[in-house]
Amino acid sequence: MAMTIHVDIVSAEEQIFSGPAEMVYAPAVMGEVGIAPRHTPLVSPLKPGEVRLDVGGGKEEFFFISGGILEVQPHVVTVLSDTAIRADDLNEAAAIEAKKRAEDALSDQQSDMEIAKARAEIAAAAAQIAAIQKLKIRR
Amino acid sequence: MAGAKEIRTKIKSVQNTAKITKAMEMVAASKMRRAQDRMHASRPYAEKIKKVVGHLGSSHPEYKHPFLIERPVKKVGLIVVTSDRGLCGGLNINLFKKVLAQLEQWQDQKVGIEVVTIGGKGLSFFKRLGAHVIAEVSHLGDTPDITDIIGPVQVLLKSYEDGEIDAIHLVSNHFVNTMTQQPEFHQLVPVEASTDEEVSHHWDYIYEPGSKEVLHNLLDRYIESLVFKAVVENVACEMAARMIAMKSATDNAGELINELQLIYNKERQAAITQEISEIVGGAAAV
Repeated sequence: MAMTIHVDIVSAEEQIFSGPAEMVYAPAVMGEVGIAPRHTPLVSPLKPGEVRLDVGGGKEEFFFISGGILEVQPHVVTVLSDTAIRADDLNEAAAIEAKKRAEDALSDQQSDMEIAKARAEIAAAAAQIAAIQKLKIRR
Repeated sequence: MAGAKEIRTKIKSVQNTAKITKAMEMVAASKMRRAQDRMHASRPYAEKIKKVVGHLGSSHPEYKHPFLIERPVKKVGLIVVTSDRGLCGGLNINLFKKVLAQLEQWQDQKVGIEVVTIGGKGLSFFKRLGAHVIAEVSHLGDTPDITDIIGPVQVLLKSYEDGEIDAIHLVSNHFVNTMTQQPEFHQLVPVEASTDEEVSHHWDYIYEPGSKEVLHNLLDRYIESLVFKAVVENVACEMAARMIAMKSATDNAGELINELQLIYNKERQAAITQEISEIVGGAAAV
């Protein structure tokens, strides 16, 4: 049996693959890298592309990723895959949009923070909940 | 028998309400299960990325990323994760209580606050509060996507990098179990150095193209994954809280119906008795 290396491919939303492979190919930003078992530790961002696993017996597995991070330790390879398509300008656009929404939503607010007032409102709401619960017990 | 009719309509209306709350309970229960699955599915990524970040932080003394440097706190950014909809018991109220206590503490220390809200309830709360909300996102639905939260998080990270704020905190509900949800504060930035024994060995990674770029890439994702985890967890909390709230509402409606039924029966019996005694009285008089 050939030497294998454990591979985990995960995204923020789910685990995509976990298991042994004889060889891993990944699209690192500096060019495609091939990782055999006992590779020296390495960390690199990944470009959008294909992660290819040689799982032995001439079989291969393919995963498309839209970028991410590759982490290699002698016996474990971890691919942290992005589900989101990223680019700096896209991120910035998203940021600006989020800001704008907040500004729109707050356009008619007063300027000072009134913690005391909010506290009173919350106390009232909490009291309401407590009263309802008490009523429930008494019944 | 005017009273009896009124009671009958009342029973009908309570029954209808109970039907609705029962349906909401069942919907929340099934959504909760799916939300919990998603919560578990997002765990491996967060754990892996945390390990790598912990390793980088401890094994890399010559370069310090701004996200890893502690500095005196004059202004904090706060990410508040809430639900979009109500009818979920005290879930959001409990969170706001905790937030207010913390805000007061910061105000006493003359620490400024900038807020980013995720979820509609948080936005309307801070709007009333008059806090400085610099970004918001809401209506994420039951299956939030990580793309949705990149924007708001970037806003805070950018103002951190520009030196406008000195720390970023996250407050969200922690899913203890179906019955219990706990609001919790977490410090996101500066990233607290991991104290794992495991990472304090002597080898180091090869960084491609360079440690700076890799670290930057990684930290952005790390923070986003933490926020995303909080958002997913909050959905599970919301569904659990709603399920419990609707269950108790349905139970209450059941009790109410029983009581009303009893009153109705008494009323009917009283009417019958009265009628009989009238007849008997009339017969005796003849």
